[in-house]
Amino acid sequence: MHTLTAHEIRDRIKNKELSSVEITKAYLDRIEKVEDKVESYVTVLQEEAMQSAEAIDKKIAAGEEVGALAGVPVALKDNLCTKDVLTTCSSKMLYNFRPPYDSTVAKKLKDADTVLLGKVNMDEFAMGSSTETSYFKKTKNPYDLSKVPGGSSGGSAACVAADEATFTLGSDTGGSIRQPASLCGCVGMKPTYGTVSRFGLVAFASSLDQIGPLAKDVQDCALIYDQIVGYDPMDSTSVNREYASFEKALTGDVKGLKIGMPAEYMGEGISAPVQKAVLAALESFKAMGASYEEMHLPLNEYALPAYYMISSAEASSNLARFDGVKYGFRAEKFEDLVDLYAQTRSEGFGAEVKRRIMIGTYALSSGYYDAYYKKAQQVRTMIMQDFDKAFEKYDVLVTPTTPTTAFGFGEKTDDPLQMYMADICTVSVNIGGLPAVVLPCGYDENGLPIGLQIIGKPFGEAAILNAAYALEKTITKIKPAL
Amino acid sequence: MNYETVIGLEVHAELKTNTKIYCGCINEFGGEPNTHTCPICSGMPGTLPVLNKRVVDFAIKAGLAMNCSITQYSKQDRKNYFYPDLPKAYQISQFDLPLCQNGYVDIVVNGETKRIGITRIHIEEDAGKLVHDDYANCSIADYNRCGVPLIEIVSEPDLRSPEEAHVFLETLKTILEYTEVSDCKMQEGSLRCDVNLSLRPEGQKEFGTRCEMKNINSFRAAVRSMEYEQKRQTEVLSNGGIINQETRRWDDVKGESIVMRTKEDAQDYRYFPEPDLLPMIISDEWIEEIRSTIPELPEQRKSRYISEFGLPEYDAFLLTSSKKTADYFDETVSLGASPKAVSNWMMGDIAKFINDKELEAGDIPFAPAQLKALIDLIEKGTISNSAAKKVLAEMFAQPEEPEKIVERLGLSQVSDEGALMAMVQEVLAQNPQSIVDYKAGKDRALGFLMGQIMRVSKGKANPQVINQMLKEALDKA
Repeated sequence: MHTLTAHEIRDRIKNKELSSVEITKAYLDRIEKVEDKVESYVTVLQEEAMQSAEAIDKKIAAGEEVGALAGVPVALKDNLCTKDVLTTCSSKMLYNFRPPYDSTVAKKLKDADTVLLGKVNMDEFAMGSSTETSYFKKTKNPYDLSKVPGGSSGGSAACVAADEATFTLGSDTGGSIRQPASLCGCVGMKPTYGTVSRFGLVAFASSLDQIGPLAKDVQDCALIYDQIVGYDPMDSTSVNREYASFEKALTGDVKGLKIGMPAEYMGEGISAPVQKAVLAALESFKAMGASYEEMHLPLNEYALPAYYMISSAEASSNLARFDGVKYGFRAEKFEDLVDLYAQTRSEGFGAEVKRRIMIGTYALSSGYYDAYYKKAQQVRTMIMQDFDKAFEKYDVLVTPTTPTTAFGFGEKTDDPLQMYMADICTVSVNIGGLPAVVLPCGYDENGLPIGLQIIGKPFGEAAILNAAYALEKTITKIKPAL
Repeated sequence: MNYETVIGLEVHAELKTNTKIYCGCINEFGGEPNTHTCPICSGMPGTLPVLNKRVVDFAIKAGLAMNCSITQYSKQDRKNYFYPDLPKAYQISQFDLPLCQNGYVDIVVNGETKRIGITRIHIEEDAGKLVHDDYANCSIADYNRCGVPLIEIVSEPDLRSPEEAHVFLETLKTILEYTEVSDCKMQEGSLRCDVNLSLRPEGQKEFGTRCEMKNINSFRAAVRSMEYEQKRQTEVLSNGGIINQETRRWDDVKGESIVMRTKEDAQDYRYFPEPDLLPMIISDEWIEEIRSTIPELPEQRKSRYISEFGLPEYDAFLLTSSKKTADYFDETVSLGASPKAVSNWMMGDIAKFINDKELEAGDIPFAPAQLKALIDLIEKGTISNSAAKKVLAEMFAQPEEPEKIVERLGLSQVSDEGALMAMVQEVLAQNPQSIVDYKAGKDRALGFLMGQIMRVSKGKANPQVINQMLKEALDKA
């Protein structure tokens, strides 16, 4: 039962073939069974989940109108604020933080009558590509428990892959939805910047952060996006526009679709099995009536350094509020105010978070601002122009999501630059504010999933979801053996 | 060597919008600590700011009233620093694209008009307040003030004396009151200023090294701090010393300033564009719409009082230096009272009461109609000028119609000729020698007799009437 997709659960509950309590119980049993191995959750809300499932069943029994995702069990990344429920960002700094408010997405999913199973693990404050920087635990890749699930939304991806929730939400600042979704064989989408409200998402880099779904299939991805998309007056960067149903727009017809394949993402550093699987997918598109050709995004090589400058600069400011004064962790011993700050932040943050804060503080410092932060913003503008030009010619761009399949624990933790390279295919999409969906397009010789990334124009979610929907039908998915 | 003083000011004014700058919390002074707060203004994780449009309206209005050009592509920036009264550890402010730039304000010092440049006006959020509890050895944070909208007005270093700076501050305050963007209540901290002061040898073009003074809570403190700093720097320079660029903290109780931080440990605020807010695009239409709401400003009003009512410039200046006072004046005059009389009362006894009672300028506890009634009573001869002063004191004490007060205190003058004639005859009969003296040309005798009549009448005799009657009676005697 726990392998059902969200749209299947929705349909069965609507037809009264399944109750919310039944499906919730199935998932809680599944968590009971595999969580010891996967460790995707930070918080499991057993009782609360059963209570909301019962309430939904009552509503259905009473013939009341229910939300579009009624009864669907869901888990949220632990940087999405949930009222009165621990929201830790997988950091010691917020080990005890219970927000008195819901994030807009949490509220929307509540309104859609989903059942919140719990909060899932992540890299501390979403900084990392393997979920190894979590203060609490190391989440495993369900396909190979000796491998990382990717990050920073590693818990969100592993949770879906291990069938511990029907879908999850993650956040994506430089690839944090797409990279783990790829390593765990899920469908994940980073929507256009401004389409999903960031209110209640604990900020990492405000100008890059975007919330999106991690799901079992493309249809779910569209269905969930339908629920979370939309203008929010609480978020000034949210775009005020109307959205038609993305789920209903899925036709699977890609005839005439013009696909660009940026050569920069298929060359050096991209492993052979990944290149092979991506090329095979492009051939499948061709077979379905689409066309593809190699093209260039010449400025994309600067995306990674620009990304690390901008995201770290914003993070250094966004994370300054964690000072031990108001909430969360406070050091036990300190001598005065400055020492309270120093001790709290020294003890409360992990090494990677401190590294980013230091990079960002440096980049914004007087005398360095122009050379680093400002330069990075100029590069950002040029990369956006690079994309604009590409989209004059192509409907979508197709790239690998990650250079390799899932890597082992500890393999890259000693070399931050190696870890940062894991985002090489994904960061430019955030820099450009573009939408991109990833889905499994094959498996390597060890059975590890390979992710394909389809990048769209701003607000081009319908096109990339439809392309993904078409490709998905040509792929035989393999479930992890847990 | 003689030194010239150079002063520039940074004035912070709280805007009197209904709600705070980035959230829906009420913008109101006071309240139990942390009751005017929400997750947004207390900087909880994941919350986002949404700009209150009224703040932009008010800032532009102030800018237009100060002859600024409006920045039509403006943005907000983060100013990063750690302090417990700043829950986000950054203040949303404006760095390089302030809403208003390049304006000026004309001030009048010793009858001379001087133009003071306004470098910029930008919007920002206020921080909270820390209450230090020495007894419990701790500090308590009150975030009620967090997110209260402020404008910071930065002047050019065009001021040359503490006196000029004082007039400039008063003028700014008046403009902010007239445009109704700020309450300008110093005691509630809704108007605060930082002072930058330097000296240079007379005739030198380059500015000297400046010191900044903070923690100034009143205009009086501002003037005192400037006088102190002027003296301090003069002494240092006269003794061959050099001025260090530093920030000094003014201690109004001790009447001195001490070094807060030197240039070396100046903070690096790491300003960068606020990514949670979009740039502000200000259209021509929007600017014109705001311009149309700007009322008659003090300078224009002053000119009108001089030309229309023939008031002396000084009187017109004083009356218009508070909008409330000027509004009160206009209303009383519009009811038909003589402008000159209204002005005399307002600048004289009323101003004295306001000072004594430490009220805000223009906070007159009775209505303009009552002042008009009081003036009417004098003009009709019902009461004397000195009786009117007593009535006024009563009017300040409690709400009561002037006529009722006159009645209650028995202050009306005796103008009835029969009654007055009886008194004149009585006094003349008792003082035959004075009649002789008067006839002999001794004018003092008339004064003496007048005094006697006033005594008999217990001060209620109308002096003009009895003066006339007495002279006639003496001529007949």
